[in-house]
Amino acid sequence: MPQLDPATFAPQLIWLAIVFTGLYFAMSRLALPRIGGVIEQRRDRIASDLDEAARLKEQTEKAIADYETALAEARARAHVIAQQTRDDMKEAGERERARLDRELGERIARAETRIALAKDKALGEVGKMAGEAAGDIVEALTGKPPSKRALNDALRSAL
Amino acid sequence: MKQFDIERLVPMEIGGVDVSFTNSALWMVIAAGVVCAFLFSGSKKLVPGRLQSLGELAYEFVSNMLRDIVGEKGRPFFPFIFTLFMFILTANMLGMVPGSFTVTSHIIVTLGLALVVFIGSTIVGFAKNGVGYLKMFVPSGVPVAMVPLLTVIEVISYFTRPVSLSVRLFANMMAGHTMLKVFASFVVALGILGGWAPLAFMVAFTGLEILVAFLQAYVFAVLSCIYLNDAVNMHH
Repeated sequence: MPQLDPATFAPQLIWLAIVFTGLYFAMSRLALPRIGGVIEQRRDRIASDLDEAARLKEQTEKAIADYETALAEARARAHVIAQQTRDDMKEAGERERARLDRELGERIARAETRIALAKDKALGEVGKMAGEAAGDIVEALTGKPPSKRALNDALRSAL
Repeated sequence: MKQFDIERLVPMEIGGVDVSFTNSALWMVIAAGVVCAFLFSGSKKLVPGRLQSLGELAYEFVSNMLRDIVGEKGRPFFPFIFTLFMFILTANMLGMVPGSFTVTSHIIVTLGLALVVFIGSTIVGFAKNGVGYLKMFVPSGVPVAMVPLLTVIEVISYFTRPVSLSVRLFANMMAGHTMLKVFASFVVALGILGGWAPLAFMVAFTGLEILVAFLQAYVFAVLSCIYLNDAVNMHH
């Protein structure tokens, strides 16, 4: 077996030492910092991207919350305005009706006064006509006109 | 076997020590070159391409393995574990290329790597815990009468670590390649009529060998992490 020939040990060991040491320094000084740096950089980049995404998400959520608040506020205000308008209109309607009521009442009152006046007048006319008629009747029956006083008494008791 | 032979491509000698550039050394250099090409040619983009993804996958894989086993205290040893894993993985995978030389099929290479892990973790253990690291060998919560025996067993198990670590990798690599070679010779021996069966077996076995090549690199790195964990976080 050539593996057990001691004459080959020295050159193999020496070259193993040389090559392995060289490779070790190439790896530890150049290759590994390079790869490690790239991996580290990538990890940082991913972490920072995730942070950025989280920040943007937070912002979005805040914007949505703000929007909802504004919407709720606007809705409440619209409600208040509608209520107020409704109240105003109702009040105006009431006022108008009251005014109309008052006006109509006045008119009615005026009309009633007029009617009363007309009635009084009419009744006065009736009394006078009845007196004249009674006087005429009495004159025609008795041949002499009744005294004015007796006529008036009789009229008063009849009417 | 021919595929395990060491050839001196550039014979050299310094101070009576043979330091020839062998085919084994050539494939070590190729493995290191492949690892470098693989990790350096990838671009450095935020959104990785294919090659860059593979490099990052390897990085994360070893990094997670180290963190799971040793924890954050293992960070300083990450480049070492990473180099170890990538070097063994690439050497194993290159060994699957027909006509190539499998560096890790030589016990001296795997033993060299295992000794670096063993001696390194022992030094780390003493540096972090001082003389208290010797408590590793005294199991807690056992009857006093048993302590000497168990201590001896612990010491033996501690010192067999580099042996088991190196032999596991070496044996797996060598056995796999030998098996493929044996079945390949069956294909030739049985000829066009009967050679199909061992050929089909070889195809399936090559797939298994690629799995083993990965698995053994992984096992080597995991065990190195476990030994390092014993040294860094003592809990015996």
